[in-house]
Amino acid sequence: MEEILEILEKNNKLTEEQIAVMLGKSVQEVKEAIKKYEDEKVIVGYSTLINWDKTNKEKVITLIEVKVTPQRGEGFDKVAERIYRYPEVKACYLMSGGFDLTVIIEGKTMKEVALFVAEKLAPLESVLSTATHFVLKKYKDEGITFEDKEKDDREAVVL
Amino acid sequence: MNIGDMILPHVKSVPPSGIRKYFDMINEMKDAISLGIGEPDFVTPWNIREAGIYSLEQGHTHYSANAGFIELREEISRYMKRKHGLEYKPREEIVVTVGGSEAIDAALRALAGPGDEVIIPEPSFVAYKGCASFCGATPVVIDLKAENQFRLTPEQLENALTPKTKVVIIPFPNNPTGAIMPGEDMARIAEILKDRDVIVLSDELYSELTYEGRHMSIASYPGMKEKTIVINGFSKAYAMTGWRIGYACGHRDLISVMTKIHQYAIMCSPTTAQHAAIEALRNSDHDVESMKREYNRRRRAMVDGFRRMGLDCFEPLGAFYVFPCIKSTGLTSDEFCEKLLAEEKVLVVPGNAFGECGEGFVRATYANSIENIFEAIKRIERFVNNCRK
Repeated sequence: MEEILEILEKNNKLTEEQIAVMLGKSVQEVKEAIKKYEDEKVIVGYSTLINWDKTNKEKVITLIEVKVTPQRGEGFDKVAERIYRYPEVKACYLMSGGFDLTVIIEGKTMKEVALFVAEKLAPLESVLSTATHFVLKKYKDEGITFEDKEKDDREAVVL
Repeated sequence: MNIGDMILPHVKSVPPSGIRKYFDMINEMKDAISLGIGEPDFVTPWNIREAGIYSLEQGHTHYSANAGFIELREEISRYMKRKHGLEYKPREEIVVTVGGSEAIDAALRALAGPGDEVIIPEPSFVAYKGCASFCGATPVVIDLKAENQFRLTPEQLENALTPKTKVVIIPFPNNPTGAIMPGEDMARIAEILKDRDVIVLSDELYSELTYEGRHMSIASYPGMKEKTIVINGFSKAYAMTGWRIGYACGHRDLISVMTKIHQYAIMCSPTTAQHAAIEALRNSDHDVESMKREYNRRRRAMVDGFRRMGLDCFEPLGAFYVFPCIKSTGLTSDEFCEKLLAEEKVLVVPGNAFGECGEGFVRATYANSIENIFEAIKRIERFVNNCRK
C-alpha cells in the first residue's frame, strides 16, 4: 500500500474513493491504510505548496548554515530541537559535510530574520557559528517547478 | 491534365483516417478534454532531452551510418537481451528507423507486393493496412473479439492463413484495444507459425507498458527468431514521440534489405534523436517504471469508471488505451463520439477507425492527468445516462 504515499505526496486533494479506484483496492482498505500511516507518523502532515511571490504577502526566506557542538549523550538532536521549536524555523536538517544543521527561516523582512539569528540562534550555547543566505527566488520546490513552461501541446495526429 | 488521374488507384483507394474531423471540432472548443490522442502526455525525461541538447552543443549535426550509430545499436542489442533474452548482432541485425512506423513501412515494402497477403488482426494501428495497400499487397483482416479479450486465437489465425500469406502482423500490446498476448497465448500462435513460410512483423512499441505479467515477444519462441522482425521504439516507453526514433531487429538478410530501403528513402534517423535514445537506454529504466506505475493507476481509474456507468469494458492490460463497448447506448461509434464531444466536450475516438470490427466500441486513452480522467469520466457518465433516458 506504499503506493498511497507516492500518490498523496504528489496530490493530496484526491479523495479516498479516487485513490481506491486508482489502486484497485476497496475504499475501506485505503482509509485504513491512510489512518495507519497517520498514526505511525509516516504521514506527518498535509501541506500546500504556494508561490508567495505571486501574492501581496511579503516574505523573506533564509537558509542558515549552522555549526554546533554536539551535546554529550544527546548528539545533535537536542541542539536541533532547541532550534526547530521556534515557529520561525520552517525546516531543519542535520547535514554531513562542512556544517551541521541547515535551518530555513521564514520572516516578513530581512531585518526580522537578521534579528532572529542575532538574538535567538547565534547566542545558543552550542552554536559555534552561523552563515546566513537569503533566498532570492524559488524556481522549484518539493519537486514542483514554479513557472512551468511545459504545457500539453500535443497536436492532432492520426494513429 | 487531371491531377487526380495521375495518382495510382491502389493509393487513391486507401481511405483517409476517420479521426480527423473530431480533431477539427475539438480545436474550436474551450475546456474540452481529449482522450483521443495516442501519445504519452509525459514530456521526455530531462536527462534524455539534455543528452539531445548536449549533442547539438557539441556540434554533432552530421549524418550517422545509415543503420544508425553503432553505440545506439549496441545499446538496443543489450536491451533486447536483458528484456527478452533475444540476441541480435548490432552490426547486422538491427536498423534504427524514423519511429516504429518507418520500420513497418520498410518491412512491408521489402516483403509484400501484388499477389501477397498480409494478415492484419484488427482493431489495430491504422498504418498496417495502409502500408500493405501502398505496396500493392492484399490485407487480410482478422476480426479480434471482445469475448477473447481482443487476443488473437490460433483458430482465427489458421483460418486466415493461405498459401499466399507472406506476412503476419502481430500487434501486441495493442492500439486501440489495450489487449496483450500472455505467454501461453503467444506460444500457441508461435506453434502455428514456426513451420510456415511466412515472415512475422511483431509491433512491440508498447511492450514496456504491460501491466500484468511480462511482455513476451513472439521472436523468443522456438523457431521464431529467424522469421520475425521485431519492431520497437522510444515513443511510448520513453515519451519520445516527437523525436521520431525506433528500430527493427531481425535476420541479417531482412535487416540488410530494410536498411537498403531506409538508406534510399531516409538516409539515416535524426542524429539528435539517436544521441537522446542512447541516453534513454542507458539511464532511464526508472523513468519508464515510474511512468508505467502512473499509467497503471489511471488505467484502473478509467476501466472502473466505464464499468460503473454500465459499459462493458474488458480489462486492457497493455498500452494506454481503454476500449469500452458502447452498444448499450443505442448509438454507433461515430454518433457516440460526435455527440459526446458536442454535449460534454470529451473526445474519444470511434473504434471502427481501427477496423470495421471496432464498430460498437470507442477508444479512450489514459495518457492524460488523473484529474482530467476523473473529470472526463464524470462527463461521459452524464452523457451515457442521458442516452439511456
